[in-house]
Amino acid sequence: MGISLSNIDKSYKKQIAVRNITFDVNPGELFGLIGPDGAGKTTIFRILTTLLLPDNGKATVAGLDIIKDYKAIRNSVGYMPGRFSLYQDLTVEENLNFFATIFGTTIAENYDLIKDIYEQIAPFKDRRAGKLSGGMKQKLALSCALIHKPKVLFLDEPTTGVDPVSRKEFWEMLKRLQKRGITILVSTPYMDEAALCDRIALIQDGEILAIDMPQAVVNKFPKDIYNVKADNMYKLIQTLQRYEHTYSVFPFGEFVHYTDKRVIFKTAELQQHLESSGLNGITIAPTHADIEDAFMELAKK
Amino acid sequence: MRTIGYIVQKEFKQIFRNKGMLPIIFILPILQLVILSNAATYEVKNIKFAYIDADRTSTSRSLIEKFNASSYFDVLMDFPSNKIANFAMLAGEVDVVLEIPIHFERNLIKEKSATLGISINAIDGAAAGLESVYINQIIQGYNRDIRVSLMDTSHRSIKPINISSSPSFWYNTSLDYKTFMVPGILVLLVTMITLFLSGMNIVREKEIGTLEQINVTPIKKSQFIMGKLFPFWIIGMGLLTIGLILAKLIFNTPMLGNIPLLYLYTSIYILVILGMGLLISNFTDTQQQAMFIAWFFIVIFILMSGLFTPIESMPQWAQIFTEINPIKYFVEVMRMVLLKGAGLQVILPQLLKTLAYALVMNALAVWSYKKVN
Repeated sequence: MGISLSNIDKSYKKQIAVRNITFDVNPGELFGLIGPDGAGKTTIFRILTTLLLPDNGKATVAGLDIIKDYKAIRNSVGYMPGRFSLYQDLTVEENLNFFATIFGTTIAENYDLIKDIYEQIAPFKDRRAGKLSGGMKQKLALSCALIHKPKVLFLDEPTTGVDPVSRKEFWEMLKRLQKRGITILVSTPYMDEAALCDRIALIQDGEILAIDMPQAVVNKFPKDIYNVKADNMYKLIQTLQRYEHTYSVFPFGEFVHYTDKRVIFKTAELQQHLESSGLNGITIAPTHADIEDAFMELAKK
Repeated sequence: MRTIGYIVQKEFKQIFRNKGMLPIIFILPILQLVILSNAATYEVKNIKFAYIDADRTSTSRSLIEKFNASSYFDVLMDFPSNKIANFAMLAGEVDVVLEIPIHFERNLIKEKSATLGISINAIDGAAAGLESVYINQIIQGYNRDIRVSLMDTSHRSIKPINISSSPSFWYNTSLDYKTFMVPGILVLLVTMITLFLSGMNIVREKEIGTLEQINVTPIKKSQFIMGKLFPFWIIGMGLLTIGLILAKLIFNTPMLGNIPLLYLYTSIYILVILGMGLLISNFTDTQQQAMFIAWFFIVIFILMSGLFTPIESMPQWAQIFTEINPIKYFVEVMRMVLLKGAGLQVILPQLLKTLAYALVMNALAVWSYKKVN
């Protein structure tokens, strides 16, 4: 009764948007679609929310076929598009009322579901939506998407352009919604948010690279990974990229994530090589791979 | 029903909150009515008139006096020579030059005939034609007077016979062009505002992204469209009311016909325009595109509506084309009902055609509106 896609294809003219997308989201699961811009995340959302017809393949949402039962789906899903798309010239309350009305319900009827979220923006209920801050707009949009008590919630990049504190709050809200039995499909370009999902699908160029629990995706990472640091980071990256034994090198915060081609790898050897290349202040320490490393590794193939 | 009601309510809120739009909806049409009705005239007045009087007799002076007395001509100056007069015409200082030749009076008395030279600036052909008619009328009148006076002195026994015809002008007895124009301009403002507003409205939801959010909801196409368009139907009817009141108060336009009949026709007519607006917004992605397309149609429809130029004088193909011009029917109905007092029976053909038009237009619009791509 969650979401199920099998072999979904969609092209815009000759441009392939998504190809052979197959995955299942279990009921009550918080599932993340992780991928860079242009990977095809929004296309998948638009297909599942019946805004777009797939060229091939089958999909069901809450057990309903996206083509045959599109009317029923529209009654039982909530969709929050990536772009803020409420009426900017209506107030917070009017927006909520409007969506409640077109879903044939009232705010009072489902207030318990949105209470937590709506209470945070209630002090501004007479303010026009266009005059809200980014974080508040997002809370209002989520309230509007929830007002009809959907079984499945689609959130397309809900945290893009939102400050870190609001992002954290938002994920906490999602966790609470999940506890109420709502299936949630969320997309994000932020790898750190992926760890907060129950399961994730890594997607790039319209194709799925891997589907698993976040930790399992990381555990599959085949190599030992090292944090490397030097005074001159730019030169460090250049040097590493030219190094004959380098398997991969990516800048990662204040470090560079480095993996080696060899089975047996000694850090002293690398240290020596870097020093002989004229780099100072070198530190090399083993670290754990995370989802970003896993994504980069998968995207390489 | 509750859903439609709420959408209507929401639309009105948005319209009245849009501080830039309100004056466009209500003030501009009024200005348009007042300004255009006064300025868009076919009457040729204030004709710049000059003359060359080579005769300089009482007869020639009395002829010039006739022109002076006419309200159409401004007698500006007399020129000593033809050459200077031509130069003034070239510079646009005069529109009409009357040349009275030497021995004008003597020829008239002796030979019972004399010639006059008239030059008219005919860049605007229609105006030149009218000027020529005015001039001929004045000269004919003068001719008649002078014949009577000449005959009186020479042949007392013969009475001059004059056949005069006096036309009676129907429906617009004083030939006031405003009576003719005001109902037409009223059509213009009702049409323009409703087409532009409805054309841009749904596109606007596309532009700001709300349409996508709406499309995911279970709302029906027909509910959404009806809810969106109904406010503009109301605004159109409101504009007609304001326009009629102003026409009565400012221009004292005669309103002979049945006003509810006019409202009945307008209520159907606005459906045509709203359908057209919706159709435009279905095929455009931005308000700018919608605006340009709406302009394109409005300009063609207005120029071919019989509002400014009579349809009867258009070429055959253009006359056939006007059959699909909704503005044409509205202009006809407006003039027929207001000025002629036409009843339902008389405007029935227009009414039925407009109704059919409304059905076709809205069917096309609803059909082409898609919630899914």
